[in-house]
Parts: sequence; structure tokens; C-alpha cells
Amino acid sequence: MSATTETATGHGATEEGTPSKGMDAALLGVMLFIASEVMFFAALFGAYFNVKATTVPFPPEGTEEFITPFGPALLITIVLVLSSFTMQWATMRIRKGDRRGMNRGLAITLALGVAFFGLVAYEYYVLITHDDFGINSGVYGTLFYTMTGFHGAHVLGGVIGIAVVLARGLNGQFSAKHHSAVEAIHYYWHFVDIVWVVLFTVIYVLR
Amino acid sequence: MATTTLPQARPAYRSRVYDWLTTVDHKKIGVMYIVMSFGFFMIGGVMALFIRSELAVPGLQFVGEATYNQLFGMHAVTMIFLFVMPMTTGLANYIVPLQIGAADMAFPRINALSFWLVLSGGLMIMMAFAFGGAPVGWTMYAPLSVTEPATGVDLLILGLILAGTSSLLGAINFMVTIFRMRAPGMTLLRMPMFCWTTLVTSVLLVFSIPVVTAGLVMLFIDRNYGGGFFDPAQGGNPILWQHVFWFFGHPEVYILILPGFGIISEILPVFARKPLFGYKAFVFATASIGALGFSVWAHHMFTTGAVYLPFFSFFTFLIAVPTGIKFFNWLATMWGGQLKFDTPLLFAVGFITLFLIGGLDGAFLAVVPFDFMVQDTYWVVSHIHYVLVAGSVFSIFAALFYWFPKMSGRRLDERLGKVQFWLLFIGTNVAFFPQHMLGLDGMIRRIADYSDNAGWTSLNFLSTIGAFMIGVSVLPFLWNVFITLRKPQDAGDDPWEGYTLEWATTSPPPVHNFDKLPPVRSERPVFDLRHGDVHGAPVAAITSGEAH
Repeated sequence: MSATTETATGHGATEEGTPSKGMDAALLGVMLFIASEVMFFAALFGAYFNVKATTVPFPPEGTEEFITPFGPALLITIVLVLSSFTMQWATMRIRKGDRRGMNRGLAITLALGVAFFGLVAYEYYVLITHDDFGINSGVYGTLFYTMTGFHGAHVLGGVIGIAVVLARGLNGQFSAKHHSAVEAIHYYWHFVDIVWVVLFTVIYVLR
Repeated sequence: MATTTLPQARPAYRSRVYDWLTTVDHKKIGVMYIVMSFGFFMIGGVMALFIRSELAVPGLQFVGEATYNQLFGMHAVTMIFLFVMPMTTGLANYIVPLQIGAADMAFPRINALSFWLVLSGGLMIMMAFAFGGAPVGWTMYAPLSVTEPATGVDLLILGLILAGTSSLLGAINFMVTIFRMRAPGMTLLRMPMFCWTTLVTSVLLVFSIPVVTAGLVMLFIDRNYGGGFFDPAQGGNPILWQHVFWFFGHPEVYILILPGFGIISEILPVFARKPLFGYKAFVFATASIGALGFSVWAHHMFTTGAVYLPFFSFFTFLIAVPTGIKFFNWLATMWGGQLKFDTPLLFAVGFITLFLIGGLDGAFLAVVPFDFMVQDTYWVVSHIHYVLVAGSVFSIFAALFYWFPKMSGRRLDERLGKVQFWLLFIGTNVAFFPQHMLGLDGMIRRIADYSDNAGWTSLNFLSTIGAFMIGVSVLPFLWNVFITLRKPQDAGDDPWEGYTLEWATTSPPPVHNFDKLPPVRSERPVFDLRHGDVHGAPVAAITSGEAH
């Protein structure tokens, strides 16, 4: 066995052809997970466009009164886009080693995430009680609540993730070198926000 | 880590059951996957025997229509989602980290989660039988799947979502493992073919599973919350289900067969004592099958009138090109080789022979007018079984015979293996070849009964005999495993004189897999290690792709 070399198994190896540089394994996993989530929402949007192409009239007449870009949806958009900026700021702070700045950024993002739920709850409440528009109000209602609902569920996941990362940040667990959890949640949060922007454009603006 | 000193003695006694239930070791998880899926293989097989018994002769003698309608869908769901997928995942779980020289998967705990998720999903799907069954077929076409009142359908939907989540997490795990944890010197183009096919399969899973998950969620909403996705009365579209289902469903067939292609490509070179012919062509053929797999889903929907036929027909034919390259390479690998007809090679050659039939009768289906004629007939049943039984099942048995010595330290009995092979080989042809003729005669699938003057009786009876031969062929295998596990571990580390890294460690491997790794200078590091002296240098430096 003279031809064998003692070696560590895979991590940080330097010989030619080995994955010594590049993305952290956990971050790569998160990116792939987000890629799969993109496909999940792509399927929902595909369903929306398929129904739009085969059903007349779509969206049903009268819905433009309450599914409008100038209602709570506009506020939701502002809140979420703003939260993307605060999240980015938090990530940039920890990349520079500023734990305090990161915690502040995360706290503001968390607050905006919670505000999102207040706005969605208000929107759903008005739609259901005032406009009599529910998940069983024809295929348009089903699509509306499934798409916004699953987006909301993903925001919930993000908010929980931010809360965990913030708690760890307050414990002083992150540094300029070691903060993959922050990077991961920041990718995910941007993804959730982009999905909302597309949702807003497709459902509320373009209809 | 090889450099860490491990405690020599266990601190305290822990039961073996507790060890297995809490393990995050990829090898133990792999074995659990394999055992679980073999259990589901036998359950699904018994369902198939019920189906074939009912169809043996005209008239309803055996299970009756209601049970029959539950069985044919459940048979497919069990075999596809609870046997072939977790079985190939289990094999990959055990073998891929060894082949790339890693100590474990990238995320061992998520790996364990994947296993427990698919087991829960499987049990949930089986529970459907206790709640009215799921008589909607494995394709679950709307509107039948929406209006069917049985709660079993909801259990099927939820079970499939769990199993899908398991596959998704597993796929991400494999991709990260392959991208981040390869041994020094193992470039992507020196990776064993089984790792390549696992990688491409994982890509397919990551991009197709979420789509069917979304579809299943829509179905669940339609069934339980008054949704209207697939209900024309509410403005929905039943064809939408077929789109989301087959957008997953066609990549799915490559998910089922690509690991098999990888297994065959591992076994043929070792048993022909030659390198794999055209390694790079093989890699690119695998990748292009994966890519093309996403552009053909609507060939399942030709007769709906809702899809653009020339596009999907053309791309379906196009897939025959990379598949043909693989066949060419397999034959060229065997050509002039010193073939050693041990059981793994028998199964591999059986695979090549029979999968060719499954490939050809599938190409017929790409011809639009022909597809219109045989849509939903036994021609399709025959095709799917020639690719899944003759394809996936043969490759799985080839893999089990090939890697059993690595997993247990013991070689399975050759004589029993050959008995099993011939029973399975003949049984597969007797069971499924007559179904081509039945399909051309117009016998449609999913029927429990047929008229005795339709002229289908003798072919159906023949098919039933074949099905029972397949059923019997499992018995020598079970007996083989049973007696082999009682023998001493005498197989040695490398019983087949293999080429890839899993043969460079002990059988079974230690928890950390490798004490020492050979240098990787080609896609056959263990061959280089063994024959290094022949080339003069300790190990001849061979750049991948230039080795042959």
C-alpha cells in the first residue's frame, strides 16, 4: 500500500481538481432548496396562466373592485421591498464584523415581516367579510388564496428563520468569517420578496 | 476524519435497535432504505399478482371491480414511489460517498430525515386501503380524483407529498455531497458513472418534485376546501392537472432509470475487464437525457388535443439519440472483453437486452398517429413494464449482487442468483411481451374484466403465468440473502477486482469509510492502484478521457 496517501476526506483539500474553493456546503444546500422553491411557485404561476388562457372572462368581472394594486397589496409591497433592503444591510454589516449593526438590521426586518402578516390578515378579512371573496369563489378565488397563501406560508418560514438567527446574533454567535446562517436566511428572504413582487405584478397589476 | 483519534471502546451499552433508529451514518441509512423498499417491492408485487389473477380468464372471479380499481393504482404508486425511488436512493446513499471518497453525506441528519419521511409517507399511502382506498390510478387524473369521495385519496396525496419532500431533500444532499466532498484529485470527469447518474437524477428531482407537490396541493384544495383548479364548472381546467403531473411525471421516468444506467455502467467494465467505452460521451448523454427530459412531458397528452404535437413528438425522438449512445457504449465496452458471467453481469446483460425492447416500443409511442391508436391500451402497459421491470428492477438486482459483498462482507450464492435471473428473465418476457399484442388488439388498460369472445384470453393467461414466474423469482433471492448472511465474512475487500474507490476500503467499511485513500488520477483509481507497477511508476498518471 505504498502508493496510498494519508488524507482528510474531502474538506479543505488542495490538490488539483478538488473542491477547495467555492460556496460553503450549507449555503449551496440552501441555494438548491431555493431553486426547488422557485419551481414550486413556477407551477402555481403556470396554473394561473393556464387558467387565464382557457377561461373567459378571467379574472371574473367585478373582481377589479377589490383585487386592486392600490389597496393593502401596495402597502405589503412597500413593506416587503423595504425589508429586503434592511436584510441586505444586516448581511453587509456582519460581513464587516459589525454584530450590533446586523442585530439592528435583523430586528427591523423581523418587525417588517410581522407587519406583513398584519396587512395580509387585514386584506383577507376585508375580502372574505366585505367582498364575499373566498377560496371557493370560483377558480379565481382558489388561485388567489393558494398563491398568496403559500407565499404567506413562506414568509412565515422566513420570519421564524430570522427570529432564530437574531437570537443567535444576540448571543454573539456570528463573526465576519462565520455567519453562513445569516447568508442563508438573507438569500431566502430575498427570494420570498421577489416572489411577492412577481405575485403583485401578475395578480394585482397585470391581472 | 481519518486523522482524529477515535475512542476505542463504547462508553456504555446501547441497544442495536436504538443504534439503527438514531443513526446518521450514510451506510446504515442506505441499508434501511434498501430493506424498506424491498418490503414495499414485495407488497407491490402481491398487488400485481392479485391484478394478474383477476385478468387470467374472462369474468370476475377473484377480487371484484372495487378492489381491482384500488389495486392497479396502488401497485404503480408502491412500485414507483416506495420501491424504485427509495431503492436507488438507498443504493446511492451507501455507494456514492464511498465512490467519491467521502466520509459521509454532506448533511447526515437531513439524510436520516429523508429516510424517515419516505417511510412515513409510505405507511400513510398504505393506510389508504383502510380508508376506502384510492381508486384513481397512479396518475390521479382530474376530475375523477377530485370527485372520488374516499378519504384514501387524501392519504395518498399527503403520503406522496411526504415521499416527494424526502426525495427532494435527498437530491439536495446528493448534489452538495458530490459538489463539495469529492476526494483529492477526483474531478467531475473522473467520477464513477453511478455518481454521475445520481447527480443528474438529483437535478431532475430538484426541478420536478416541487411541481408535482404544487399539483398535489391544488388537488387537495379542490377536494377539501371547495377549490376550482380542475373543475370546469368553476372556471378551472382538468387538463391543467395533466400538465403539472406530467411535467413531473416524465422527468420521473428518467429518475427511475438513470441510476440503473449508472449501475450497468459500473458493472459492465468490471466484468469485461475493460474501461468504460466513451466515458465522456456517456457523461454528456446522461446530462442531455436529463435536459431533454423536461421538454417531452406532453407526449403523455397527445390525445387531449391541448398540446402542440410536432414539438413534443420531435423531442421525444430526440431522446433516443443519447440513449442510443449509451447502448453503443455498453456494447462497445463488452466487445472484445473477457466477460465473466457472474450474476451481476447476467442481470446487466439482461437489462441491455430487454430495455432495448422497452426503448423501441416507447419510440413507437412517439409517433403521433400510432399513439392515437394505442393510447391507454396494453401497449402502454407493456412499454412501462419493459422499462421499469426489465430496466429498473434488473439493474437493482444487478446492483444488489454487485455491492452485497461491500455491504456485508459476503458474496451472494451464484447458483441461486442464476436460478433467480432465469426465472425473472423468462417471466418478464412471458408476462409483458403478450401485452404488446393485447394492446394492438385494443385491450384497454385498467379494466378488471373482458369479454370471452374478444380473443384476449390466451394472451392474458400467458401474461399471468409470467407474472407468477416473476413473483416466484423473488423467493430464491430471499433465501440467498438469508443463507448468505449466516455465512462467515469471507468475500474480501474487493471480490470483483473493481475499479472505483468503494473497493479500496474494507467490506463492510468502517464508520468513517476510509483509513487511507488511494490517489485519484483517472476514473479507475483502484485499477491504477492494483496495476500501477505494470506501468513502471507507482501509479501511472492517466488523465481522464485519455486513458483509452
